[in-house]
Amino acid sequence: MMDFINFHLMPGVILGSIYALGAIGISLTFGILRFANFAHGETMTLGAYFAFTLVQLTGWHPLAVLPFAMILTAAVALGVDRVFYKPFRAAPAIMVVIASFGMMLMIRSVIQFSWGVQLKSLVPGIQRPYILFDALRISPKHMLIVGSALGLMLAVHLLLSRTKIGKAMRAMSDSPELARLTGIDTEMVIRATWVLGAGLAAAAGVFLAIDTHVETMMGFKLLLPVFAAAILGGIGRPYGAMAGGLIIGIAEELSSYAWLGDGPLLAPGYKAGVAFALMIAMLIWRPSGLFRGKVF
Amino acid sequence: MDQAYGIFLYVVSLLTMGGIYAILALGLNIQFGFTGLFNAGIAGFFAVGAYVSAILTTAPSARHLGGYELPVVFGLVAAMVVSGAIGWLVGRICIRLRADYLAIATIGIAETLRLILKNETWATNGARGVSEVPKPFEHLPEPWNQVGLMLLVLSIVAVLYFLLERARTAPWGRVMSAIRENEPAARAAGKNVEQFRIQAFVTGCAVMGLAGGLTAHYLKFIDPNAAEPLTATFLVFVMLIIGGSGNNKGAILGAILMWTVWSATEIATSRLLPDEWAIRSAYVRVFLIGLVLQIVLQRFPGGILPERRLSAAKGDKSSP
Repeated sequence: MMDFINFHLMPGVILGSIYALGAIGISLTFGILRFANFAHGETMTLGAYFAFTLVQLTGWHPLAVLPFAMILTAAVALGVDRVFYKPFRAAPAIMVVIASFGMMLMIRSVIQFSWGVQLKSLVPGIQRPYILFDALRISPKHMLIVGSALGLMLAVHLLLSRTKIGKAMRAMSDSPELARLTGIDTEMVIRATWVLGAGLAAAAGVFLAIDTHVETMMGFKLLLPVFAAAILGGIGRPYGAMAGGLIIGIAEELSSYAWLGDGPLLAPGYKAGVAFALMIAMLIWRPSGLFRGKVF
Repeated sequence: MDQAYGIFLYVVSLLTMGGIYAILALGLNIQFGFTGLFNAGIAGFFAVGAYVSAILTTAPSARHLGGYELPVVFGLVAAMVVSGAIGWLVGRICIRLRADYLAIATIGIAETLRLILKNETWATNGARGVSEVPKPFEHLPEPWNQVGLMLLVLSIVAVLYFLLERARTAPWGRVMSAIRENEPAARAAGKNVEQFRIQAFVTGCAVMGLAGGLTAHYLKFIDPNAAEPLTATFLVFVMLIIGGSGNNKGAILGAILMWTVWSATEIATSRLLPDEWAIRSAYVRVFLIGLVLQIVLQRFPGGILPERRLSAAKGDKSSP
């Protein structure tokens, strides 16, 4: 029983909170800008590399440099939007999807060129897990990740429910035409969406880097589960994205638990396929997602 | 003389691989150019075709499934059938949703297929791949074996071109562009939009499987990373869009042109630059190709050979 919690449920919650942060950005850009942003994974990688360089320069804890990494990543996202996505606002969505597909490889090649492809670690050394109640093992870095992720999700909730710009974002995600008619500055909302999405993506990248390490393909590996989480929760539904992220993370980790007999239910090599299977199931039975999002 | 011979062999290999890319670009043109379906998992359908053809035609080996030693033709046909069948499954699920969902689902299927090819070692020999795949014409003396394969690939390109041009100008092709341009109108005209889209998607996937099979026979070897999934997929998109999406000639032209640029710059950088910079220059090449794509998308969305619209007007003598 404790094995189940320590080695399957807890890693699932940790992975899930990272997915949740990434999925909020995907879901909001899909809902507000109406396209699937393939460069979102690379945005997460970029955030992790910014944090890596800042840690190298300042010697601070990764969590202390996180706000700066988020700001830098958001600035890059705004620049990319201005140069590469804005010309397609009136064009068919497929054009901007291709543009984002190209951006994914462009951002990745810039990262590979500037930082190299070797694995790097953000927090050197191995941490000993705390042992609570004689059996529950949790390491400090995992408490940090889950705690900070929950904090950020709470901040997103307050932003969306209490501030004017947050309400404008939700309005535009619900119906862009109505939002425009009521006098909402749509370009302003789009910029806010990029800042929020890219900032959270950077946080997701940094948390994954704290948990594992920094590498150039980390964001691409997150892309599929994060898309799955956004679709599971419902496109344009930030709370759905949070729930979807947790569900996907936990499902991935639980898939290798020995539910039947002694061996793992699903070979650990197929963990990454679980997100895809859940996404396909959702697309078949309920494309609008758990939280009744949009279907295009 | 030796140098001239070397250049001759290089041109042959360039045209063989360029021809295989042209087949991929033609396959994508059916999906994306004619119908507007975004397939981001080209590498997956390509890999399935490669493995199916390799396993069916290779001599028995203890390391992977196989030993059927069927003729290469059977292997290639089976490659098309299996890739097409997987395309049908994906299409059934996602085709009624907008292009973005299809893109996400196809990228997912490509990754899942790669996981299967890597993990099911009993069938695929895992990461070490399938080797000693038979190569057509390999009993001929050098260089005629290479030339023979090149001619085979190029004649497949030619046959595909004529079939697809025929399809494009036939009523089927017109329904396709009608769906792409104005779906509600096509639906109102009584066309079964889903059915037509699935036909286009499956045909395109089968053609990609064929290209995969040809690659396995050409290289005599296939492993899960033979085509680095995204670069390969992305390269085919760049080829089609630069050549001219919706135009079969453009697809072939874009493929040969981009493949020449891609392979020539690879050789140039690996010869001229020191090792460390040669590795880095690979990233610069990907970046520049991406940038060229962005510029073409924004400034010249038609590509080099823009799509020729079939006019319904009476003055058009070329249409049947």
